[in-house]
Amino acid sequence: MSGFWGKATAIVVKDVLAELRRKDVAASMLVFALLLLVVFNFAFDITAENEDLLGAGVIWATFTFAGVLGFTRSFVLEKEKDCLSGLMLCPVDRASIYAGKMIASLAFMLLVEAIALPLFAVLFDLDVFQLGMLPVVLLATVGFAAVGTLFSAVAVNSRARDIMLPLLFLPVVVPVIIAAVKSTQHILAGDPWSELWSWLEIMAAFDAVFMVISSYMFEFVTEQ
Amino acid sequence: MNRLHALLHHRRLPDALLALSFGLMAGTLYLIFMYVPTEESMGIVQRIFYFHVPIAWVASLAFFIVFVCSIGYLATRTQGWDRVAYCAGEIGVLFTTLVLITGSLWAKPAWGTWWEWEPRLTTSLVLWLIYLAYILVRSYAADSTQGARFAAVVGIVGFIDVPIVFLAIRWWRTLHPSPVVFEGGSLTGAMRLTLMISLASFTLLFAHLLLRRVQVRRLADEVELLSQEIEEREEL
Repeated sequence: MSGFWGKATAIVVKDVLAELRRKDVAASMLVFALLLLVVFNFAFDITAENEDLLGAGVIWATFTFAGVLGFTRSFVLEKEKDCLSGLMLCPVDRASIYAGKMIASLAFMLLVEAIALPLFAVLFDLDVFQLGMLPVVLLATVGFAAVGTLFSAVAVNSRARDIMLPLLFLPVVVPVIIAAVKSTQHILAGDPWSELWSWLEIMAAFDAVFMVISSYMFEFVTEQ
Repeated sequence: MNRLHALLHHRRLPDALLALSFGLMAGTLYLIFMYVPTEESMGIVQRIFYFHVPIAWVASLAFFIVFVCSIGYLATRTQGWDRVAYCAGEIGVLFTTLVLITGSLWAKPAWGTWWEWEPRLTTSLVLWLIYLAYILVRSYAADSTQGARFAAVVGIVGFIDVPIVFLAIRWWRTLHPSPVVFEGGSLTGAMRLTLMISLASFTLLFAHLLLRRVQVRRLADEVELLSQEIEEREEL
């Protein structure tokens, strides 16, 4: 495989294969997401009256924390047996490695979301199966993966690896969390598409900016 | 350029800046507490504005310096850039803390609450958290060059994030219009003068703190080098 995308695809295939054999990242994210749902249910005392109001917040808080867990795992697994050094020694552009790792994380997170969303719908009686949810989930998850992949490469090389990722990741993705929660609220309330536009735009802008910046910055983060 | 370099590295420059900012600060205090007229609708509490705005300005200036020096460090890999970025980051966090405190002090009598999830306040809080992470990422790195690289990346990413954060938070709160401080009305001559002088004296104070802090860091780095040398000699 040659070219930027060829190399990136090779890394995605590697990650997906490893995940299929180990079923580690997606499974732990999913179980964690479920646990969070249970915790939030008690924390917010979700009932039929307030579920439209709280539902969007619960969904995105769950996805945000599950995402933090998933990004950490994605690089911790590379660190074991020093696979990361092997990956860095590949005669491959660092930006391709970033793209590959990011797309793989994105795929795992989307998979988890695809399983968790129906669970939300059942457990909280939320009408999440609407066309509007598709761009919201996609854009928000791309934003999470763009920033999460960069910062998990930072965190995995730090001493306090478990705490470093959330400390870096959460404040930076604040715009995505706001936009995702707001647009999900509009969708759950049955508002027209025009209400969603500005939020989708802000997420698209965030995604574009941080995919470009992170792929540049990844080189400096992974230097030996 | 060489002259500027020599001036910036002059041992007495921070002292001179200290004396200057001390004098100007005394004048600023006089202006704020004695000279400037009390604002009509908000009363005496509005005077904190002349501290709050310059402090916020210094914090933004500090983070801008972090951004520029982070790029400079990644491009040149000279320790000087990193040292300035680090010190500016520290001062920026200190001043953002002061912005949040002075803002809350003003908000209590003016809005009746210590905290309002209003765009500027919320953005300042997020900013504060990003730059706390900037300082932490360095101390958790395996060694100091790695720490410098990680911090530079956070310094760049964090700064670029700020306008998006502000925009998102502003749209988030459009349904709940927050009190606007100086809507319509503009500052009178005396108020503008006081604000400008205060801005100047806080900027001087910042310059003093930054230079002093950079000097201290440079000395600390030298001590580190020397103690390494001593260790090596003892081993021989």
